[in-house]
Amino acid sequence: MSDQPIEQPQNVPGKVQKQVSLRFAKAWEITIKSIKIRLGRSLITAAGIALGIAFYSSVRAAGLFPSTAIGPEAIAAGHRQQWLAVMALMVCFVGIMNSMLMSVTERFKEIGTMKCLGALNRDIVMLFFLEAMMMGLTASFTGWLVGWLIVVVIHIFTGGFQPSFIAGSVMEMLLSTGIGVAITLMAAIPPAVRAAQMPPAIALRSSI
Amino acid sequence: MGSNEYVVRTKGLIKEFTMGEETLRALNGVDLDIRRGEYISIMGPSGSGKSTLFNAIGGLDKPTSGSVFINDVDMAQLDAAELAYLRCHTIGYIFQSYNLIPVMTALENVVLPTIFAGMPTDDGIERGIEMLNKVGLGHRLHHRPTELSGGQQQRVAIARSLANRPSIVLADEPTGNLDLKTGTEIIELLRELNRNEGVTIISATHDYKMVDVSDRVVWIRDGRIAKIEERADIDLKIGEMNVNE
Ligand SMILES: Nc1ncnc2c1ncn2[C@@H]1O[C@H](COP(=O)(O)OP(=O)(O)OP(=O)(O)O)[C@@H](O)[C@H]1O
Ligand SMILES: [Mg+2]
Repeated sequence: MSDQPIEQPQNVPGKVQKQVSLRFAKAWEITIKSIKIRLGRSLITAAGIALGIAFYSSVRAAGLFPSTAIGPEAIAAGHRQQWLAVMALMVCFVGIMNSMLMSVTERFKEIGTMKCLGALNRDIVMLFFLEAMMMGLTASFTGWLVGWLIVVVIHIFTGGFQPSFIAGSVMEMLLSTGIGVAITLMAAIPPAVRAAQMPPAIALRSSI
Repeated sequence: MGSNEYVVRTKGLIKEFTMGEETLRALNGVDLDIRRGEYISIMGPSGSGKSTLFNAIGGLDKPTSGSVFINDVDMAQLDAAELAYLRCHTIGYIFQSYNLIPVMTALENVVLPTIFAGMPTDDGIERGIEMLNKVGLGHRLHHRPTELSGGQQQRVAIARSLANRPSIVLADEPTGNLDLKTGTEIIELLRELNRNEGVTIISATHDYKMVDVSDRVVWIRDGRIAKIEERADIDLKIGEMNVNE
């Protein structure tokens, strides 16, 4: 209509307002949309996390069953179990790191674009935090469940199942899910922070 | 309007890139004053520093020295939140490669800056539809970028750049990936928006079609302004070319 529709406070010389943070509800909405729309990619990333945790949780769950061995053999079996758990944790760490790092790095350009549109660094970090949290929680829980079920089913069929096993499982569930979420966040947040802190021109140049 | 006549001013702008031992001066003292409502083209050969100037004016990269003033505000004095406000409300960006968010529909892409501006959802959607209608894409609201042609994607990017009613639109080779006809359409669209909305357009380009619609053409070479042509000079030259043909 008029040739000067821009009657906004920033036109006052020498003054610029401060950008406010993205509202949580909006950030949540964007996160859910982002996970849903890249469902294929999200599932692959989630599978990477779930697989690692499933391995870890199955080793841990197997350890919950009292060994039939006695004496020195039992001690050796206990050590073997511990060593397996550590190995499983390492495998799971590398697996999750790999899939999360990839999924954040391939979105540097998107981060640069969002900053051009007015995103604050903390908006970017919040979006990636929420996404990693969602993925980490669901995938780790699923992974734990899968690993646990496998061990339970095996023991039911081999006749070694005891109801007391269930009691120890709650702790194992919390532990596995917690470890999964922690590793997921550890993998996702540092690159997201790094990309958010880059000048947008640099983030936009990254050609993935 | 007084000091408000100039929407962008740069003073002694220098940008150096260091790669290992070598330092490359991409901008070598650029002084440029851009009037409100102007359509300005920045022309120059590849590597002359157009994109570097675009990034400095747009607050997308920090210059090594010198200053950029947007509406008389020195950008170097702004904190992160003020800079983000400027990027969100005052400047719109258009890129050669469109830079749309691939997982979002055309409408979601255009609405995104209104979300960062804190606009209520319904208003943002209304604004998004209005802008997509304005760029002639009212029938493609729910298409993803991959389902759109290059020209259509650039139209979405133009709609997005205008979503928060910026006073400046910066375009870096907006027609660089488009064929002749589509490129001309995009240039005409930008010119129309410049006339109707009063938005200042600063466009880096190789595209000589851009010269015809520009109020001024800034020629840069090796990071310096080689010359600035006013509308009158341009008309004269186009006239001469026609005579010679
Ligand atoms: N991030 C960077 N790191 C190192 N050198 C850079 C960087 N960005 C630009 N340059 C150099 O600065 C100079 C100017 O580059 P710029 O991209 O501004 O040119 P341009 O005029 O936009 O060219 P084109 O028309 O090809 O887009 C070039 O020599 C380029 O190699
Ligand atoms: Mg360029």
